[in-house]
Amino acid sequence: MPELTTAVDCFQLTIEIGGMPVRVNTTDAAFLRMLQNRYSGFLGSGQQAAVEFDVELTRAGFGDPEADVRVTQRSGKWTLERGDFRAEWQPASRTGRIRQSANPYSIDAVLRIVHTLVLAQESSGFLLHAASAIRNGKAFLFAGVSGAGKTTISRLAPADATLLTDEISYVRQQVSGYVAFGTPFTGELAKLGENVFAPISRLYLLAQGPQNRIDPVPPGQATRELLANVLFFAEDQELVQKTFHSACEFVSRIPVSRLTFVPDARVWELIA
Amino acid sequence: MSRLYIARNRRVAARSLDGEMLIMSGKDSTLFTLNKTATIIWQAADGATPLDEIVERRICPEYEVEPSAALQDAETLARELASHGIVDVSEKPIVPESGHANLPAGDRPGEQR
Repeated sequence: MPELTTAVDCFQLTIEIGGMPVRVNTTDAAFLRMLQNRYSGFLGSGQQAAVEFDVELTRAGFGDPEADVRVTQRSGKWTLERGDFRAEWQPASRTGRIRQSANPYSIDAVLRIVHTLVLAQESSGFLLHAASAIRNGKAFLFAGVSGAGKTTISRLAPADATLLTDEISYVRQQVSGYVAFGTPFTGELAKLGENVFAPISRLYLLAQGPQNRIDPVPPGQATRELLANVLFFAEDQELVQKTFHSACEFVSRIPVSRLTFVPDARVWELIA
Repeated sequence: MSRLYIARNRRVAARSLDGEMLIMSGKDSTLFTLNKTATIIWQAADGATPLDEIVERRICPEYEVEPSAALQDAETLARELASHGIVDVSEKPIVPESGHANLPAGDRPGEQR
Protein backbone atom coordinates (compact mmCIF):
# COMPACT_ATOMS: atom_id res chain seq x y z
CA MET A 1 0.00 0.00 0.00
CA PRO A 2 1.50 3.37 -0.99
CA GLU A 3 2.31 5.96 1.66
CA LEU A 4 -0.53 8.44 2.10
CA THR A 5 1.55 11.04 3.84
CA THR A 6 4.87 12.69 3.10
CA ALA A 7 7.21 13.90 5.76
CA VAL A 8 7.85 17.63 5.43
CA ASP A 9 10.93 19.15 6.95
CA CYS A 10 10.17 21.92 9.41
CA PHE A 11 12.86 24.41 10.26
CA GLN A 12 12.78 26.84 13.11
CA LEU A 13 14.78 29.68 14.51
CA THR A 14 14.35 31.99 17.47
CA ILE A 15 14.68 35.75 17.04
CA GLU A 16 15.28 37.48 20.34
CA ILE A 17 14.79 41.25 20.45
CA GLY A 18 14.40 43.21 23.67
CA GLY A 19 14.82 40.01 25.66
CA MET A 20 11.68 38.50 24.09
CA PRO A 21 12.22 35.27 22.12
CA VAL A 22 9.99 34.78 19.09
CA ARG A 23 10.18 31.38 17.37
CA VAL A 24 9.56 31.16 13.65
CA ASN A 25 8.70 27.86 11.97
CA THR A 26 9.02 27.38 8.23
CA THR A 27 9.21 24.51 5.79
CA ASP A 28 11.40 26.49 3.40
CA ALA A 29 15.14 26.10 3.98
CA ALA A 30 16.04 29.07 1.77
CA PHE A 31 13.69 31.32 3.72
CA LEU A 32 15.24 30.10 6.96
CA ARG A 33 18.72 31.04 5.68
CA MET A 34 17.39 34.45 4.68
CA LEU A 35 16.11 35.02 8.22
CA GLN A 36 19.36 33.76 9.75
CA ASN A 37 21.25 36.37 7.73
CA ARG A 38 18.71 39.11 8.38
CA TYR A 39 18.66 38.63 12.17
CA SER A 40 22.28 37.64 12.65
CA GLY A 41 23.23 38.71 16.17
CA PHE A 42 19.62 38.45 17.36
CA LEU A 43 19.20 34.67 17.13
CA GLY A 44 18.25 32.97 20.39
CA SER A 45 19.03 29.49 21.59
CA GLY A 46 15.55 28.05 21.10
CA GLN A 47 14.46 28.32 24.69
CA GLN A 48 10.80 28.79 25.70
CA ALA A 49 9.41 31.27 23.19
CA ALA A 50 7.13 34.13 24.19
CA VAL A 51 5.51 33.90 20.76
CA GLU A 52 5.67 31.19 18.09
CA PHE A 53 4.73 31.78 14.46
CA ASP A 54 4.24 29.32 11.63
CA VAL A 55 5.09 31.03 8.35
CA GLU A 56 3.13 30.10 5.24
CA LEU A 57 4.93 31.35 2.15
CA THR A 58 2.99 32.63 -0.84
CA ARG A 59 4.13 33.48 -4.35
CA ALA A 60 6.63 36.30 -4.78
CA GLY A 61 5.22 39.79 -5.19
CA PHE A 62 2.18 39.02 -3.06
CA GLY A 63 0.51 42.28 -2.02
CA ASP A 64 1.60 45.86 -1.58
CA PRO A 65 4.09 46.62 1.24
CA GLU A 66 3.20 50.34 0.99
CA ALA A 67 -0.41 49.69 1.99
CA ASP A 68 -1.65 50.80 5.40
CA VAL A 69 -1.14 48.53 8.38
CA ARG A 70 -4.30 47.32 10.14
CA VAL A 71 -4.05 45.74 13.58
CA THR A 72 -7.27 44.59 15.21
CA GLN A 73 -8.31 42.29 18.00
CA ARG A 74 -11.39 40.13 18.27
CA SER A 75 -12.13 37.48 20.92
CA GLY A 76 -8.53 37.38 22.06
CA LYS A 77 -7.07 36.96 18.59
CA TRP A 78 -5.01 39.68 16.94
CA THR A 79 -5.06 40.14 13.19
CA LEU A 80 -2.17 42.04 11.59
CA GLU A 81 -2.61 43.03 7.96
CA ARG A 82 -0.70 44.96 5.37
CA GLY A 83 -0.73 44.56 1.61
CA ASP A 84 2.19 42.15 1.73
CA PHE A 85 1.23 40.02 4.75
CA ARG A 86 -1.55 38.76 6.93
CA ALA A 87 -0.78 37.43 10.38
CA GLU A 88 -2.85 36.09 13.22
CA TRP A 89 -1.70 35.78 16.78
CA GLN A 90 -3.34 34.51 19.95
CA PRO A 91 -1.55 35.76 23.08
CA ALA A 92 -3.29 33.14 25.24
CA SER A 93 -1.73 30.26 23.34
CA ARG A 94 1.36 32.30 22.36
CA THR A 95 0.99 31.01 18.82
CA GLY A 96 0.29 32.58 15.48
CA ARG A 97 0.54 32.27 11.73
CA ILE A 98 2.05 34.58 9.12
CA ARG A 99 1.18 34.48 5.43
CA GLN A 100 3.70 36.31 3.27
CA SER A 101 6.11 35.84 0.38
CA ALA A 102 9.72 34.82 1.01
CA ASN A 103 11.09 38.24 1.89
CA PRO A 104 12.55 39.63 5.13
CA TYR A 105 10.55 42.87 5.16
CA SER A 106 7.11 41.45 5.86
CA ILE A 107 8.17 39.40 8.87
CA ASP A 108 10.18 42.40 10.05
CA ALA A 109 6.96 44.44 10.17
CA VAL A 110 5.10 41.61 11.94
CA LEU A 111 7.82 41.39 14.59
CA ARG A 112 7.72 45.16 15.18
CA ILE A 113 3.96 45.11 15.58
CA VAL A 114 3.97 42.10 17.91
CA HIS A 115 6.60 43.73 20.10
CA THR A 116 4.56 46.95 20.29
CA LEU A 117 1.48 44.94 21.30
CA VAL A 118 3.30 42.96 23.99
CA LEU A 119 4.98 46.04 25.43
CA ALA A 120 1.71 47.98 25.42
CA GLN A 121 -0.25 45.15 27.00
CA GLU A 122 2.35 44.79 29.75
CA SER A 123 2.69 48.59 30.10
CA SER A 124 6.38 47.85 30.09
CA GLY A 125 7.69 50.06 27.31
CA PHE A 126 7.44 50.92 23.64
CA LEU A 127 9.25 51.05 20.32
CA LEU A 128 10.32 54.54 19.35
CA HIS A 129 11.35 56.26 16.13
CA ALA A 130 14.78 57.01 17.53
CA ALA A 131 18.41 56.18 17.11
CA SER A 132 20.09 54.96 20.28
CA ALA A 133 23.58 54.25 21.46
CA ILE A 134 25.48 53.27 24.59
CA ARG A 135 28.34 55.39 25.84
CA ASN A 136 30.13 54.96 29.18
CA GLY A 137 27.59 52.32 30.17
CA LYS A 138 24.59 54.60 29.63
CA ALA A 139 22.07 54.55 26.80
CA PHE A 140 21.04 57.71 24.96
CA LEU A 141 18.02 57.99 22.69
CA PHE A 142 17.79 60.41 19.74
CA ALA A 143 14.17 60.72 18.63
CA GLY A 144 12.81 62.41 15.58
CA VAL A 145 10.74 61.96 12.48
CA SER A 146 12.30 61.04 9.18
CA GLY A 147 14.90 63.68 8.26
CA ALA A 148 15.41 64.88 11.86
CA GLY A 149 18.93 63.46 11.96
CA LYS A 150 18.71 59.93 13.40
CA THR A 151 20.96 58.48 10.72
CA THR A 152 23.32 61.48 10.84
CA ILE A 153 23.82 61.33 14.59
CA SER A 154 24.39 57.56 14.30
CA ARG A 155 26.93 58.01 11.53
CA LEU A 156 28.79 60.63 13.60
CA ALA A 157 28.99 58.38 16.69
CA PRO A 158 32.54 58.04 18.05
CA ALA A 159 34.35 54.73 18.26
CA ASP A 160 33.61 54.34 21.97
CA ALA A 161 29.84 54.45 21.36
CA THR A 162 27.90 51.22 20.75
CA LEU A 163 25.10 51.72 18.25
CA LEU A 164 21.81 50.10 19.31
CA THR A 165 19.88 51.23 16.24
CA ASP A 166 19.77 54.12 13.79
CA GLU A 167 16.00 53.93 13.34
CA ILE A 168 13.80 52.14 15.91
CA SER A 169 14.73 52.04 19.57
CA TYR A 170 13.47 49.46 22.03
CA VAL A 171 12.52 50.93 25.43
CA ARG A 172 11.61 48.63 28.28
CA GLN A 173 10.85 49.40 31.91
CA GLN A 174 12.51 46.98 34.29
CA VAL A 175 12.65 46.88 38.08
CA SER A 176 15.91 48.82 37.97
CA GLY A 177 14.53 51.49 35.63
CA TYR A 178 14.27 52.12 31.90
CA VAL A 179 16.55 50.13 29.62
CA ALA A 180 17.29 50.49 25.88
CA PHE A 181 17.93 47.32 23.87
CA GLY A 182 19.64 47.02 20.52
CA THR A 183 17.40 46.18 17.58
CA PRO A 184 17.85 44.75 14.09
CA PHE A 185 15.46 47.41 12.76
CA THR A 186 17.60 49.63 10.56
CA GLY A 187 17.18 52.89 8.74
CA GLU A 188 19.33 54.48 6.03
CA LEU A 189 22.51 53.25 7.72
CA ALA A 190 21.36 49.67 6.99
CA LYS A 191 23.49 48.43 9.87
CA LEU A 192 22.06 46.17 12.55
CA GLY A 193 22.33 47.43 16.10
CA GLU A 194 24.35 45.56 18.66
CA ASN A 195 22.30 43.07 20.67
CA VAL A 196 23.11 44.63 24.04
CA PHE A 197 21.28 46.85 26.49
CA ALA A 198 21.95 49.59 29.04
CA PRO A 199 20.02 51.87 31.39
CA ILE A 200 18.62 54.93 29.65
CA SER A 201 20.28 58.15 30.73
CA ARG A 202 18.48 60.70 28.57
CA LEU A 203 16.15 61.17 25.61
CA TYR A 204 17.17 63.80 23.10
CA LEU A 205 14.61 65.26 20.70
CA LEU A 206 16.58 65.99 17.54
CA ALA A 207 16.67 69.26 15.67
CA GLN A 208 19.21 70.56 13.22
CA GLY A 209 20.49 74.13 13.61
CA PRO A 210 23.45 76.47 13.26
CA GLN A 211 25.20 75.33 16.45
CA ASN A 212 25.34 72.43 18.86
CA ARG A 213 23.26 73.04 21.96
CA ILE A 214 21.10 71.25 24.50
CA ASP A 215 17.93 72.83 25.85
CA PRO A 216 15.45 71.55 28.44
CA VAL A 217 11.98 70.51 27.25
CA PRO A 218 8.94 70.96 29.54
CA PRO A 219 7.23 67.65 30.47
CA GLY A 220 4.05 68.32 28.51
CA GLN A 221 5.94 69.17 25.34
CA ALA A 222 8.29 66.22 25.89
CA THR A 223 5.32 63.85 26.20
CA ARG A 224 3.68 65.21 23.06
CA GLU A 225 6.87 64.78 21.04
CA LEU A 226 7.57 61.38 22.56
CA LEU A 227 4.08 60.14 21.70
CA ALA A 228 4.47 61.46 18.15
CA ASN A 229 7.45 59.12 17.77
CA VAL A 230 6.07 56.01 19.52
CA LEU A 231 5.27 53.15 17.14
CA PHE A 232 1.71 52.08 17.68
CA PHE A 233 -0.62 50.35 15.27
CA ALA A 234 -3.47 48.75 17.18
CA GLU A 235 -7.04 49.91 16.93
CA ASP A 236 -7.56 49.19 20.60
CA GLN A 237 -8.78 51.63 23.20
CA GLU A 238 -7.22 49.90 26.19
CA LEU A 239 -3.79 49.67 24.58
CA VAL A 240 -3.93 53.31 23.46
CA GLN A 241 -4.54 54.31 27.06
CA LYS A 242 -1.77 52.07 28.35
CA THR A 243 0.70 53.43 25.82
CA PHE A 244 -0.25 56.99 26.73
CA HIS A 245 0.41 56.30 30.42
CA SER A 246 3.68 54.52 29.59
CA ALA A 247 4.88 57.60 27.71
CA CYS A 248 3.88 59.89 30.58
CA GLU A 249 5.64 57.62 33.05
CA PHE A 250 8.79 57.62 30.93
CA VAL A 251 8.87 61.42 30.80
CA SER A 252 8.39 61.66 34.53
CA ARG A 253 11.47 59.48 35.12
CA ILE A 254 13.88 60.12 32.24
CA PRO A 255 15.28 63.59 31.43
CA VAL A 256 14.23 64.85 28.01
CA SER A 257 16.19 67.56 26.18
CA ARG A 258 16.23 69.15 22.77
CA LEU A 259 19.51 68.46 20.97
CA THR A 260 20.11 70.97 18.23
CA PHE A 261 23.13 70.06 16.18
CA VAL A 262 25.15 70.74 13.08
CA PRO A 263 26.16 67.60 11.16
CA ASP A 264 29.59 67.43 12.73
CA ALA A 265 31.17 64.84 15.04
CA ARG A 266 31.68 67.50 17.73
CA VAL A 267 28.02 67.10 18.72
CA TRP A 268 29.05 63.92 20.53
CA GLU A 269 31.18 66.02 22.90
CA LEU A 270 27.85 67.01 24.47
CA ILE A 271 26.70 63.40 24.87
CA ALA A 272 28.18 61.74 27.94
CA MET B 1 -33.27 77.51 32.96
CA SER B 2 -31.88 73.97 32.75
CA ARG B 3 -28.60 73.03 34.32
CA LEU B 4 -25.76 71.32 32.50
CA TYR B 5 -23.90 68.32 33.88
CA ILE B 6 -20.53 67.25 32.64
CA ALA B 7 -18.64 63.95 33.11
CA ARG B 8 -15.20 62.82 32.07
CA ASN B 9 -15.39 60.31 29.25
CA ARG B 10 -14.03 56.92 30.28
CA ARG B 11 -12.64 56.24 26.84
CA VAL B 12 -9.85 58.78 27.21
CA ALA B 13 -6.61 58.65 29.15
CA ALA B 14 -5.46 61.71 31.06
CA ARG B 15 -2.37 62.77 32.93
CA SER B 16 -1.28 66.01 34.52
CA LEU B 17 2.39 66.75 33.86
CA ASP B 18 3.91 69.71 35.63
CA GLY B 19 0.49 71.38 35.78
CA GLU B 20 -0.34 70.70 32.15
CA MET B 21 -3.24 68.32 31.49
CA LEU B 22 -2.75 65.95 28.56
CA ILE B 23 -5.63 63.85 27.31
CA MET B 24 -5.54 61.14 24.69
CA SER B 25 -8.57 59.77 22.94
CA GLY B 26 -8.66 55.99 23.17
CA LYS B 27 -10.74 55.91 20.03
CA ASP B 28 -8.40 57.59 17.54
CA SER B 29 -5.26 58.39 19.59
CA THR B 30 -5.75 62.14 19.18
CA LEU B 31 -3.82 64.05 21.84
CA PHE B 32 -5.29 67.15 23.49
CA THR B 33 -3.73 69.66 25.85
CA LEU B 34 -6.12 71.49 28.16
CA ASN B 35 -5.58 75.06 29.26
CA LYS B 36 -5.95 75.98 32.92
CA THR B 37 -9.69 76.69 32.78
CA ALA B 38 -10.43 73.53 30.83
CA THR B 39 -8.33 71.56 33.31
CA ILE B 40 -10.36 72.89 36.24
CA ILE B 41 -13.59 71.90 34.50
CA TRP B 42 -12.19 68.50 33.51
CA GLN B 43 -11.08 67.70 37.03
CA ALA B 44 -14.44 68.73 38.48
CA ALA B 45 -16.48 66.91 35.82
CA ASP B 46 -17.92 64.16 38.00
CA GLY B 47 -21.29 64.03 36.27
CA ALA B 48 -23.08 64.98 39.50
CA THR B 49 -22.01 68.58 40.06
CA PRO B 50 -23.84 71.04 37.80
CA LEU B 51 -21.57 73.17 35.64
CA ASP B 52 -22.84 76.39 37.23
CA GLU B 53 -21.67 75.12 40.62
CA ILE B 54 -18.26 74.23 39.18
CA VAL B 55 -18.00 77.71 37.72
CA GLU B 56 -19.14 79.38 40.93
CA ARG B 57 -16.87 77.36 43.24
CA ARG B 58 -13.80 76.74 41.10
CA ILE B 59 -13.61 79.21 38.22
CA CYS B 60 -14.92 82.49 39.64
CA PRO B 61 -12.64 82.57 42.71
CA GLU B 62 -9.65 81.77 40.50
CA TYR B 63 -10.25 84.42 37.85
CA GLU B 64 -12.47 86.99 39.58
CA VAL B 65 -14.97 86.96 36.72
CA GLU B 66 -18.69 87.62 36.54
CA PRO B 67 -20.52 84.28 37.17
CA SER B 68 -22.95 84.65 34.26
CA ALA B 69 -20.20 85.44 31.74
CA ALA B 70 -17.98 82.70 33.15
CA LEU B 71 -20.82 80.17 32.90
CA GLN B 72 -21.46 81.08 29.29
CA ASP B 73 -17.77 80.55 28.46
CA ALA B 74 -17.73 77.32 30.45
CA GLU B 75 -20.76 75.96 28.58
CA THR B 76 -19.11 76.74 25.26
CA LEU B 77 -15.94 75.02 26.46
CA ALA B 78 -17.85 71.98 27.79
CA ARG B 79 -19.66 71.50 24.50
CA GLU B 80 -16.37 71.82 22.62
CA LEU B 81 -14.76 69.20 24.85
CA ALA B 82 -17.81 67.01 24.29
CA SER B 83 -17.48 67.41 20.51
CA HIS B 84 -14.01 65.86 20.81
CA GLY B 85 -15.33 63.02 22.98
CA ILE B 86 -13.32 64.16 26.00
CA VAL B 87 -16.40 64.69 28.19
CA ASP B 88 -20.09 63.87 28.09
CA VAL B 89 -22.63 66.62 28.73
CA SER B 90 -26.26 66.25 29.70
CA GLU B 91 -29.10 68.25 31.20
CA LYS B 92 -29.46 65.45 33.77
CA PRO B 93 -26.85 64.11 36.21
CA ILE B 94 -24.58 61.56 34.53
CA VAL B 95 -24.10 58.33 36.46
CA PRO B 96 -20.50 57.15 36.17
CA GLU B 97 -19.92 53.51 35.16
CA SER B 98 -17.52 53.14 38.10
CA GLY B 99 -14.79 55.17 39.74
CA HIS B 100 -12.80 57.90 38.07
CA ALA B 101 -12.34 58.09 34.34
CA ASN B 102 -8.86 56.81 33.64
CA LEU B 103 -7.18 59.17 36.02
CA PRO B 104 -4.14 57.66 37.69
CA ALA B 105 -3.75 58.11 41.43
CA GLY B 106 -2.64 61.66 42.11
CA ASP B 107 -4.54 63.15 39.17
CA ARG B 108 -7.93 62.67 40.77
CA PRO B 109 -9.68 65.80 42.01
CA GLY B 110 -8.40 66.88 45.36
CA GLU B 111 -5.26 64.73 45.18
CA GLN B 112 -1.74 66.03 44.87
CA ARG B 113 0.94 64.41 42.73
